[in-house]
Amino acid sequence: MALIDLGKKEVHCKIVYYGAGRCGKTTNLIYIYNAMSDSDRGKMLTIDTKGDRTLFFDLLPLNLGKISGFDIRIQLYTVPGQVMYSATRKLVLKGVDGLVFVADPLKVRRERNIESLNDLKRNVAEHGLDLAEMPLVLQYNKRDLVNTPVPTLTVEELEHDLNQEYQVPGFEAIATKGDGVFETLKEISKRTVNHVAKKHLFNG
Amino acid sequence: MILTGEIVSQVKEVINEKLISANVHTVLVIDGAGNILAHCGEDTDGLDAISLAALTAANFGATSQIAKLIGETDFSLLYHKGEKANIHFARLSGEMILVSIFGDEVSLGLVRVRVDELAVLIKKIFEG
Ligand SMILES: Nc1nc2c(ncn2[C@@H]2O[C@H](COP(=O)(O)OP(=O)(O)OP(=O)(O)O)[C@@H](O)[C@H]2O)c(=O)[nH]1
Ligand SMILES: [Mg+2]
Repeated sequence: MALIDLGKKEVHCKIVYYGAGRCGKTTNLIYIYNAMSDSDRGKMLTIDTKGDRTLFFDLLPLNLGKISGFDIRIQLYTVPGQVMYSATRKLVLKGVDGLVFVADPLKVRRERNIESLNDLKRNVAEHGLDLAEMPLVLQYNKRDLVNTPVPTLTVEELEHDLNQEYQVPGFEAIATKGDGVFETLKEISKRTVNHVAKKHLFNG
Repeated sequence: MILTGEIVSQVKEVINEKLISANVHTVLVIDGAGNILAHCGEDTDGLDAISLAALTAANFGATSQIAKLIGETDFSLLYHKGEKANIHFARLSGEMILVSIFGDEVSLGLVRVRVDELAVLIKKIFEG
């Protein structure tokens, strides 16, 4: 649930990066953190296990400038993708305003992507929200693997698996290099801010 | 949630009166999503309030789940004692959480009483 502070003229939105374990959610946030200047980013908070698996969440606060006189503050979160952390994912989704679903292109992860998207739908429903009506974009990450011998899914296959129901923009990305990372962020921020503004500011 | 300058200043006023004047260093009011609604008291050096708020919201969520696992509906407050600083968390109405950070010169009993009083006052302010 976004926070609109009329006194300070600030809008705060929460955007969550969701997806199966190891699909590259944390990598997106790290790239964004490194690419933004100090004045536009806050401290990045990560709670991970030994190694690099997210245990609870990552948080990166950003300032995205002004729209209609309001300072736009975005908090990017990631969830832990591993199947066993479903309860934690649900906690992190509390008050979510926008979602990025990051898909892994490995053929062996095909079912995991689909399960994760279903898990997302169920978890937002438990917060009383309908995924189909929320700001959502897809990211087809790790496109660099397409040129390697590992069997990968085509974008058409990923669209077929994940985007038939929602029909939202999908971005090809290589999060480790930053390709597609800001395109994804821009689109979800725009959608989220529009959604929040419509819901809270213009319709009363 | 929409916050007006009016609400924020009323909330800050009651917090200053009940807690800051009793030597509590810093008080935050946050919502369930981890947003900071009000920040009072010393701007404690190096306090990363945004991270504190996010972790508090998540921690409260996790603790509610723990409560359910042992057949409680919720734990309405949490307290951690440190060597120099202590932190007290209390659930307010509307899924808000009140976070108080204070040193050993302030008694926990006093904080508890004042926080209970504040919960009532803050509820009234938000209900208008
Ligand atoms: N080749 C390649 N590897 C990537 C890319 N993006 C991320 N990775 C790697 O994939 C692994 C997992 O990335 P993370 O960002 O930690 O994955 P995550 O989604 O946060 O995983 P969980 O925290 O377990 O849910 C890391 O070794 C990354 O370096 C990419 O675009 N291409
Ligand atoms: Mg991660």
